[in-house]
Amino acid sequence: MQKSVIVENLSKNYFKKEAVKEISFTINENEILGLLGPNGCGKTTTIAMMLGLLKPSNGKVVIHGMDIEKNRISLLHKMNFISPYIELPKKLSVKENLIVYGKLYGVKFISERIEYLSEKLRLEEFINKKTGELSSGQKNRVSLAKALINEPSILFLDEPTASLDPETGDFVRSFIEKISKEKKMSILLASHNMDEVKRLCKNVLMMNNGVIIDKGTPNDLIKKHGKRNLEEVFLKLNRNNHELK
Amino acid sequence: MSLNRIIGLFLRHFFLIKSSLPRILDLIYWPTIQIILWGFISKFFTTYSDYYNNTVGVILTCAILYDFLFRSSISFNMLFLEEIWSRNFTNLFIAPMRISEIITALVGTALIRTLIGLVPAILITSPLFGISILNLGIPLFFLFLSLYIFGITLGLFVSSGLLRYGPAFENIAWSSLFLLAPLGCIYYPIEILPDFFQNVAKGLPLVYIFEEARSILVNQVVNYSNIKNAFILNAIYLFIGISLFYYSFSQARKKGSLINIGE
Repeated sequence: MQKSVIVENLSKNYFKKEAVKEISFTINENEILGLLGPNGCGKTTTIAMMLGLLKPSNGKVVIHGMDIEKNRISLLHKMNFISPYIELPKKLSVKENLIVYGKLYGVKFISERIEYLSEKLRLEEFINKKTGELSSGQKNRVSLAKALINEPSILFLDEPTASLDPETGDFVRSFIEKISKEKKMSILLASHNMDEVKRLCKNVLMMNNGVIIDKGTPNDLIKKHGKRNLEEVFLKLNRNNHELK
Repeated sequence: MSLNRIIGLFLRHFFLIKSSLPRILDLIYWPTIQIILWGFISKFFTTYSDYYNNTVGVILTCAILYDFLFRSSISFNMLFLEEIWSRNFTNLFIAPMRISEIITALVGTALIRTLIGLVPAILITSPLFGISILNLGIPLFFLFLSLYIFGITLGLFVSSGLLRYGPAFENIAWSSLFLLAPLGCIYYPIEILPDFFQNVAKGLPLVYIFEEARSILVNQVVNYSNIKNAFILNAIYLFIGISLFYYSFSQARKKGSLINIGE
């Protein structure tokens, strides 16, 4: 299996605080890797370093055989990101936003791409509406369309279904599942929804205090820790970590 | 009426102000700058009341030129601030855009924004006051170009601060030009300033630009050495501004301000 992403001894220090401490992992082609951990454990910092938004203190991120620090611009063409904490300009219509990002990513046939995404993500009925006037579910689908505008081979999803109703959440999960298989994408999924992680991810990394405290397939982790589900594994690992501290 | 709720809302703003030096400085320097600027203007008109034959024409022309500078700088900053306000900042920086592309796009868009605001203002001065800025002739193009370059340069300085320090730097964005207004000698000659400030002012292209505008309007003399000095200083400041923008981007990547830009 081809490795799309290699993270080697990645660390980030803010002054004296170590946000991420020498973590290493890989993401294969056509794999969805889950990144789990409590708030503030270093997930966002890790993703930011992988996206080139943050300079690592040590270690490196290699994507498609190239170091992100040395090839940031060319690699960003092949990557994209969705997070509930970042938004698209509210005063622009959905279509205008997608045109802007199509241009920024150098998409050749923007209209066709928007049409395709609009159909797949059911954006047609509000494609000309201002983005700020949409519901959370609609905004989420638009963000997903923006994240797919450049047909990325690597996608970073930070809580992609947070604050969505069950039906929209299920639609988004099914969509992610489908496109990752169709397009052989490598996806890093950070989520607090354990059922979502179990359904979508082949492998899972458990993070706490900036380090990877365990990893494996969801079923292996459940078996290894003698628990009934991934949520119980998560709670056990994090409680153990608190006690150790 | 609940005193607790009133205090609660007061504290919301008090905590914000006390934790941000740029916000405190902003509160202090607006009145200070206004007093200094109008102090120099008053001193000039008291001392040289017969200096201008065409006071309204000179003041209005200089006001339009200054506004052009103000608009170009603010337009540049606004484009940056819009991304922060709309929480689109991170999206922009994970797109494969080079810093040079960001600067070029902002420079072009800022010019369009500036012209949209300024052209109507220029047009109404003629029917309302019988004054046309076009009286400055061909040098007007060079004066506008020079002001635009300096406005963009200031925009680059402020945007560098926004990149590095986030929206707390926003107030500086609004007031950066007012800080320079007294030293820029927009409405009065440099001689009106105290000696120390004259030396500082000579390091700013504004002094040469407005001196040239007054020279043409009052004495009908074009002095290209003023325009040349302005362009030389502009080139130096523009180089520093671009370098600072690159440096701030690199620092923002180190400190993490590209991911957690907020209040």
